[in-house]
Amino acid sequence: MFRYPAAARYAERMHDILTIDGVSKTYASGLTALSHIDLNIRRGEIFALLGPNGAGKTTLISIVCGIVNASSGSVRVDGHDIRRDWRAARELIGLVPQELTTDAFETVLGAVTFSRGLFGKPADPCHIERVLRSLSLWDKRNSRIVTLSGGMKRRLLVAKALSHEPQLLFLDEPTAGVDVTLRREMWALVRDLRDTGVTVILTTHYIEEAEEMADRVGIISKGRLILVEDKAVLMHQLGRKQLTLELQQALTTVPALPGVAPDALTLAKDGEQLVYTYDREREHTGMAELLLALSEAGIAIKDLHTTQSSLEDIFVGLVAGSAAESTAAPTDAGALT
Amino acid sequence: MNLHAVRAIYAFEMARTRRTLMQSVVSPVVSTSLYFVVFGAAIGSRIQSVGGVSYGAFIVPGLIMLSLLTQSVSNASFGIYFPRFSGTIYELLSAPVSPLETVLGYVGAAATKSIVLGLIILATATLFVPLQILHPVWMVLFLLLTATTFSLFGFILGLWANGFEQLQVVPLLVITPLTFLGGSFYSIDMLPAGWQQLALFNPVVYLVSGFRWSFYGHADVAVGVSLGVTVLFLALSLVIVVWIFRTGWRLKA
Ligand SMILES: Nc1ncnc2c1ncn2[C@@H]1O[C@H](COP(=O)(O)OP(=O)(O)OP(=O)(O)O)[C@@H](O)[C@H]1O
Ligand SMILES: [Mg+2]
Repeated sequence: MFRYPAAARYAERMHDILTIDGVSKTYASGLTALSHIDLNIRRGEIFALLGPNGAGKTTLISIVCGIVNASSGSVRVDGHDIRRDWRAARELIGLVPQELTTDAFETVLGAVTFSRGLFGKPADPCHIERVLRSLSLWDKRNSRIVTLSGGMKRRLLVAKALSHEPQLLFLDEPTAGVDVTLRREMWALVRDLRDTGVTVILTTHYIEEAEEMADRVGIISKGRLILVEDKAVLMHQLGRKQLTLELQQALTTVPALPGVAPDALTLAKDGEQLVYTYDREREHTGMAELLLALSEAGIAIKDLHTTQSSLEDIFVGLVAGSAAESTAAPTDAGALT
Repeated sequence: MNLHAVRAIYAFEMARTRRTLMQSVVSPVVSTSLYFVVFGAAIGSRIQSVGGVSYGAFIVPGLIMLSLLTQSVSNASFGIYFPRFSGTIYELLSAPVSPLETVLGYVGAAATKSIVLGLIILATATLFVPLQILHPVWMVLFLLLTATTFSLFGFILGLWANGFEQLQVVPLLVITPLTFLGGSFYSIDMLPAGWQQLALFNPVVYLVSGFRWSFYGHADVAVGVSLGVTVLFLALSLVIVVWIFRTGWRLKA
């Protein structure tokens, strides 16, 4: 569809808070961490960036935040080029880094107040108190940072990033090392932020986190963005279902059944279970034929249930696929479990 | 201009100083007192006056300069090296803060600390020797300029160093010799002729000379030259710092 450039630009300003255009990064070591990344982030969404260790997630975030220099390409935050218009761009960004890097002898309150000042905001004790309370850190406000636990330090980093009321928040593995209860609280906090209009980009290795929170998901593998999709669409499109049949008598080989694709069937639990994988989007699931064929073959069934594949299954499938495509060298991407 | 950031950095650095108040104030005062006891009283009594000033009084400006230089360099270099080392520098790099604002915060705090220290040493000195300050305004100006310049130099050192050894080796191998050879304890014209020429390549000579002039009105080099060389060094250091932050050298991958 043809669009006028001005209209396109207007549309971008309205919808996209972050525009990443052909960004590549080759480190001084010669390692190419990112190859030609194009990505637009919509205003107000929660975007989850997934990928195995070393995929380039942190590198991408670091480039947007001005911590790493891109080798090529351009980045705009709310229309401000991060190089030419760096001050305006950075004022909008909050970053929670992956590494637990904190001062040691500063107090919690001191550290958070410092962050707000650094980002050019006048002091606002009420806002700081709100942030610390929402992260269950208010009681610790006068504690020195060395005395905090790992999970508390992680939350302190979140508090520092929120201290200056960013419009675009990067959370690089925000819940690593945070216990289950607090993780749920942090998710709720992120949703609250989204409700106030903050755009959130998070990376995580907990797929349930992306499944739980994200509006859209991007999957990055070996420096390439291999997929960007609405989470719902993704799970809908790629979601496979499995029908598990508990057998009366264990089988030793997968039975050949007429009208049923043999690679759709696998045995599990020492042959006590027969698993049928099907695409639930397909109108014709083949389930009826399967059951009919089983009864004709005299294979009796005790019980049955269906399961739906999670984002994790999708993710592992995709990354393994992209690793298989570039089989030039066996890399650690394939080792992801 | 992000003044909130300048204030935040400055306050943060001053808080760090306050936490280590004892070691940062007490040790220079003790070591300076020792210098007075040894050089001023024990040895000084056997040395005739230099340019009409008793030897004990003569070394006061040099001693202040000595602590001013070493303290400025070590404060400022540590102030920026540590965030690089611990990784907390990510926040500074991602913040809407210009190189100049960064310098104002960090170097301002380091310079403040060493100026306060210089004044404490000056006060300590009055307990040992009678002092006169002929040009107090110039004295303060030299104090400010020197503290700023060498804090800036220390800042570059902290940005450049890739380890604690490098951080310590420069003050030890460069600053200390330059200060000792810079006329802290003697007048340049007490040196043999060849050495006098060589001494003029030592920037510290200009600082000590100008500073001593503000006390006793007696200088090894013309005051204008002292001032000019110091300002030149300051400007050069500033250009280097701005370049480092612009390019991200040693800061960004
Ligand atoms: N400063 C650096 N110098 C050289 N190579 C680097 C540097 N930082 C990262 N890399 C390399 O770039 C690649 C991408 O790293 P990055 O940290 O972006 O991965 P990631 O997706 O965040 O991984 P993880 O899930 O483990 O955090 C890796 O191969 C890594 O070794
Ligand atoms: Mg990472």
